[in-house]
Amino acid sequence: MDVNQLQKRFIDYTTTLVQEGFLDDQFNQLQQLQDESNPDFVFEVVSVFFQDTDRLLNELGKTLELQNVDFKKVDAHVHQLKGSSSSIGAQKVRNVCIAFRNCCEEQNIEGSLRCLQQVKHEYSLVKNKLEYLFSLEQQILAAGGSIPTWNE
Amino acid sequence: MVCEMGDDYDEDMDIEGVSSMWPEDVGSESGKRFTMEKPGLDKDMLEEVTITEDISQVDFKRLLELTNYSEKGSSQLVNLVKNWEYKQSNAVRLLNEELDILSRQRQEVELKKLEILEDHQFEGDSGDKRPISILDDVYDIWEAAPRRKSNVVVQNKRIEIDAEYDTITYWKQRAMELEKLLEASVQREQTLMEKLQENIKTLERQSSPVEEFSQILKRADNFLHFVLQNAPVVIGHQDKDLRYRFIYNHFPSLQDEDIIGKTDVEIFTGAGVKESQDFKREVMQRGQPGKREITFDTGLFGSKTFLIYVEPVFSKAGDTIGVNYMGMEISDQVLKRERMATLREEIAVQKAKETELNKTIHITEETMRAKQMLATMSHEIRSPLTGVVSMAEILSNSKLDREQRQLLDVMISSGDLVLQLINDILDLSKVESGVMRLEATKFRPREVVKHVLQTAAASLQKELTLEGHVAEGVPVEVIGDVLRIRQILTNLISNAIKFTHEGRVGINLYVVPDPEDPGKSEEFHQNHISNQSVVSENHQKEKNCSEASHDQTCNGCLEQNGSPDEGPSTPVKHLTPADESQASGTAVWIRCDVYDTGIGIPEKAIPTLFKKYMQVSADHARKYGGTGLGLAICKQLVELMGGSLTVTTKEHCGSTFTFLLPYKISLKREPQDGTDELYDMEEHEIVSDANNDDTVACYFNFRPRTLGSLFSSAESMGTHKPPLKSFGYDPLNKLKIQSEKPYSFLSSNCISRESDLDACSVTAAVDSFSDIESSLKELEPSESYALCGGKTCLSNSSILKNPKMDSHDYGETCMGVDNKDKPRESHVVCQGQEQETRSSQIRSCSSTESPKSDSKPRILLVEDNKINVMVAKSMIKQFGHDIDVVNDGVEAVRAVQTHNYDLVLMDVCMPVMDGLQATRLIRSFEETGSWDAAVEAGIDQLEPSPQLQPNCIHAVPSRKRVPIIAMTANSLAESADECLANGMDSFISKPVTSQKLKECLQQYIPC
Repeated sequence: MDVNQLQKRFIDYTTTLVQEGFLDDQFNQLQQLQDESNPDFVFEVVSVFFQDTDRLLNELGKTLELQNVDFKKVDAHVHQLKGSSSSIGAQKVRNVCIAFRNCCEEQNIEGSLRCLQQVKHEYSLVKNKLEYLFSLEQQILAAGGSIPTWNE
Repeated sequence: MVCEMGDDYDEDMDIEGVSSMWPEDVGSESGKRFTMEKPGLDKDMLEEVTITEDISQVDFKRLLELTNYSEKGSSQLVNLVKNWEYKQSNAVRLLNEELDILSRQRQEVELKKLEILEDHQFEGDSGDKRPISILDDVYDIWEAAPRRKSNVVVQNKRIEIDAEYDTITYWKQRAMELEKLLEASVQREQTLMEKLQENIKTLERQSSPVEEFSQILKRADNFLHFVLQNAPVVIGHQDKDLRYRFIYNHFPSLQDEDIIGKTDVEIFTGAGVKESQDFKREVMQRGQPGKREITFDTGLFGSKTFLIYVEPVFSKAGDTIGVNYMGMEISDQVLKRERMATLREEIAVQKAKETELNKTIHITEETMRAKQMLATMSHEIRSPLTGVVSMAEILSNSKLDREQRQLLDVMISSGDLVLQLINDILDLSKVESGVMRLEATKFRPREVVKHVLQTAAASLQKELTLEGHVAEGVPVEVIGDVLRIRQILTNLISNAIKFTHEGRVGINLYVVPDPEDPGKSEEFHQNHISNQSVVSENHQKEKNCSEASHDQTCNGCLEQNGSPDEGPSTPVKHLTPADESQASGTAVWIRCDVYDTGIGIPEKAIPTLFKKYMQVSADHARKYGGTGLGLAICKQLVELMGGSLTVTTKEHCGSTFTFLLPYKISLKREPQDGTDELYDMEEHEIVSDANNDDTVACYFNFRPRTLGSLFSSAESMGTHKPPLKSFGYDPLNKLKIQSEKPYSFLSSNCISRESDLDACSVTAAVDSFSDIESSLKELEPSESYALCGGKTCLSNSSILKNPKMDSHDYGETCMGVDNKDKPRESHVVCQGQEQETRSSQIRSCSSTESPKSDSKPRILLVEDNKINVMVAKSMIKQFGHDIDVVNDGVEAVRAVQTHNYDLVLMDVCMPVMDGLQATRLIRSFEETGSWDAAVEAGIDQLEPSPQLQPNCIHAVPSRKRVPIIAMTANSLAESADECLANGMDSFISKPVTSQKLKECLQQYIPC
C-alpha cells in the first residue's frame, strides 16, 4: 500500500470515527496541536489518556466493590475521566461519564455499576479504534509519509 | 460341705425294699412339695440306678432344731402329720361304720327277742284277742333291718310250723324255733365282737407316725440324692454366724469335720471367699433371697465361677437364724459367655468396618465415575470448542470491519477461557489418575522466566512491574519438563497479577542445595543466603510499603542489577553450584519464588489453598473469577516432578509461592547459536552480557504494555528523531537515547543498564527536599537539555510524571511504591516530578535563564487532569506563551505567592482546594496585601528563596490584579455565575479548544 492510500485511509477512518460519534471535534483540536516540534503529540496525549483511564477504571471497580461505597471518591474519579475523555474528544465515554455522575449523585450503586460497565465498554471500543488509527499512523510514517491533518 | 461317708449312711438302703406308706389319695396335696411317683411305677427305674454314696453331711441336732423352730421345717412336719391324721381318721370311719352295723343288728335281735316275749306273754294272758295277721303287718321287724350286709345272715322267712295253730304243739314248736333264732343271733354277735376285737388289735399293731415320717423323708432324700448325684451343685445351710450346719457337695475334697461348724472364711482362702461370705451376710441382713455370680480362686479348687443362691431362714418369731445356700459352678458358662461377648464385639466391629468399607467403595466408585465423566465430558467439549475457536481465529484473519473484529475478539477470548478451564480439568484428572507423563527436554531457565514474564506483561492491564531475577549459578541449560514448568510459572504469575493491584510481581530463581543431601549444602549456603537476603530485603520493603525505602530499593536493585554489568569483568566469587554439578553430572535443585505485593492470603484459607475448586472465599471468587483449579494443578504437577510447592503470605502485603524442583543438568553444552531467540529480544544488552558467562545473574523488568502494545516493532518509532549524541552529560545521554525510542521504557526494560552512579545520586537527592540545592545542580543540565532538546524531552517528562500525579491523588503512602515500581527510571521520573511539583520555583528559574522571558506573558495553568494539562499546555505553547502548571488550588496560591503571572487559567473542580477558593484567596491578597486568608486556609507562605530564583526580577509579587479565567465543565457545580461571583474574570467551557482559548486570552494579554 503506498503512502497516499495509507493517508487516505487514515483520513477516512478518522472521519468515520467522528461520524460514528466515537470522537468529536476535540480530537481534531489535538491533531492540530501536533506539529514538527511536537510530532507525537496526539499519540502521547492519547497514551496518557489510556494509562489514566485504565487506572481510573481499576480504581472505580475497586471503590464500587467495597461495602460502603464512597460516592465522593467515585464521583471524583468519574469527574477525572470525564475531563480526560472530553479533552481528547472521546465523546461516547464522556457521555456515559455524565450519566455516571448522576448515578453518583443519587448514590445509586446499581446504576453506577451499570455505568461503569458502559464506560468500560465505550472505552475499550474507542481504545481499539484509536490504536488502529495509530497503527495507520505508524505505517504512514514508516512509508516515509507525513500524517495528514484533518480538516473538514 | 464335703465328706466321704457320713455316719448316718445307711448301708442297707435299698429302694426296692421301701414300700410306700404314702396314702393313695394324699398324693395331689403333698405333691406340691414332693412330687413322687408311686413306688410301683418307679420301681423299675430306680432298680437300675445305684446310688453309690451318701455325700451329705447332716448335723441332726440342728435338723431337729430346724424342724422345731423354723417356719419351713414345721410346715413340712404339719403336712406330714395332716396326712397321717387323715389316713387314720379314714380307718376310724370305716371301723365306725362296721360298728354301727353291728349295733343295729344287735338292736334288731333284741327287738325280736322282746317281741317273742310279748307274744308269749300275750299268749299267756289272752291268747286270741287279735288276729295275728294284723300284727304281722305292723311289726315286721325284718323289714327295718339293714339288708345290705350280705354276710349277715338273717332269717326273715316265717317260721314254718306244721302244727295246728294255737295248739300246745304249735306253741312248743314255735318256741323252739325262736330259741334257735336267738342262738344264731347271739352267735353272730359274738363273731362281730371278735371281729371288732381283731380290728382294734390291728390298729394297735399299726406303726408310729415318726417311723412313717422318717420313711417318707428317707424316700424324699433318696430322690434328692438321685437327682443331685451328678449335679455340679453345692447345697448348704449355715447358721446365723454363717457356720456350716449342712453341706451337700458332689465333689467333696474336705472331711466332714473340716466343714461343719466352720465359716467360709475359715475353710477357704483366696479370691471370692470374702465376697461370698459378705453376700450371705447381706442376704441375712436384708431378709431377701438373692443370687450372685462369684469367681473364686482358691487353693482348694482353683479358679471357678459359682452362681450362688442364698435365702434367709427365719425362725417362727421372724428372726433370721441362718441361710440356705446353693451354689452351681458355671465357670464354663462364664467362659463361653465371655467368649461370646468378645465374639459379638468382634462381629460388631467387623460389621461396622464392612459398612464403612462399603461406603468408601461406593464413594470411591462414585468419585471415579464422576471423574471419568468429567474427563470424558471435558474431552467431548474440548473437541468442538477447539473447532469453534480455531475457526474464529481463521475468520479473524479475513477482512472484517472494526465492529466485527471486536465481536470476534470477544468470541476468541471467551473461547480461550473455556478451553483453558477444560484443559485444567483434564490436566488435573490426568495427574490424579496417574496418566500424566513428564517429558525430559533441555531448556534454559532464564528464557522460561523471561518468556513467562513477557507473556504476562503483554496482557497486563494494571500498573504493575513485572520482574525476574535469575541468580548466578543457575545453569544455562537444564533438563526437565519445560512445558509443565512453564505452566506452573504462568499459573503462579497470573495468579499473582490477578491479586495484586499495585506494586510488583516477580520471579526469583536460584540454586539451592539438595534438600535430601545436606552434605553438599555448605558451599551453596553462602550463595543461597546472599541471594535470599536481597530477596527478603525487597520483600521487606514491599510489605512495609515504606516510603523511606526509595533509595534503598534503588540500592537493592543495583545489587541485583550490578551483576550483569560486573559479570564479565569481575571474577565470580563463589564456585558456582552449576559448575560443580556439571562436573559431577548430578541433578541440581532450583528454587523458584513467585512473589507479589498483592492482597495476600488470610491464614485460615491456607489449608484449602491447594485444594481443587477452592478459593480463598466466595467473595474472592466473585471478585477475581477463576476456577480454583490453578493452584491445585500447580501443586500436583510440582509433586509429580518430585518437588514441593509452598506459600508464605501476609494479608494485605503479598504472597510468595515457592517451588523447589530437581533438574538434571545437560552435560554436553551446545555451542551458542546465533539464532538463539535471546538475541532477538529487546533486552539484548543484558543478554549479550549474560552470554559471556552463562551462569551469571540475570534481571528482567517489564512495564505494563498499555502503550507499547500499540507498536509492533522497535524500529518503526525509533527513526523519526535524529540521535543527539553531542550532549556530554552522561545521564542525559541516556535520557536522550531513550528519547530516540520513546516507547521503549513503556514497553520493556531498556532502563536496566542505566548508570548506577547517577541513578543513585539523583534519587537520593530527590528524596530529601532539604537537599534541593544540590539536586538543582543535578537538574540544571537536564533543564538545559529540556530547553535545547525541544519538545521530545518535555513530553517525555510529562509522561513520566504519571506516578507522581497518581501519588497526588492517593496520598503519600503510594509514593514509595510508585517510585519503587521503576527504580531504574526513577531519576528521570523524579526530575519530571520535581519539576512539576515544584514547578513554580523551578520553572521560573529555567525561564529566567532565558533573557527574552520578560517580554513574554506568563501564564499559570491550574488543572489536575493531566490530559487537560497536556492539551492546554500544548495549545498555549502554540500561541508562544510560557506556562507553569500546578495541580490544585493550594499549589496555585503558592505559585501566585512567589511569582507574578499575567494570567491564571483555573480549573474549578480540583482535589485539595478547588479553583473558587483559590481565586478567593488570591483576590483577598490582592485587596489586603496579606496572605492571612491563605494562612487561615492552611497554606503556609513560602519565603521566596534566593537560591531558587537567582535571576528573578519579580521576586516580590505585586498586588496587581491578575486575570483569572475559569475552565468549567459546564456542570451545575461549576456555573459561570458562581465563577464570576468568586472573583474570576471570565470562563472557558471545557473541553478547551484553541479557538476558545485564543479568544479568551486575547482579552487579557497580547497575543
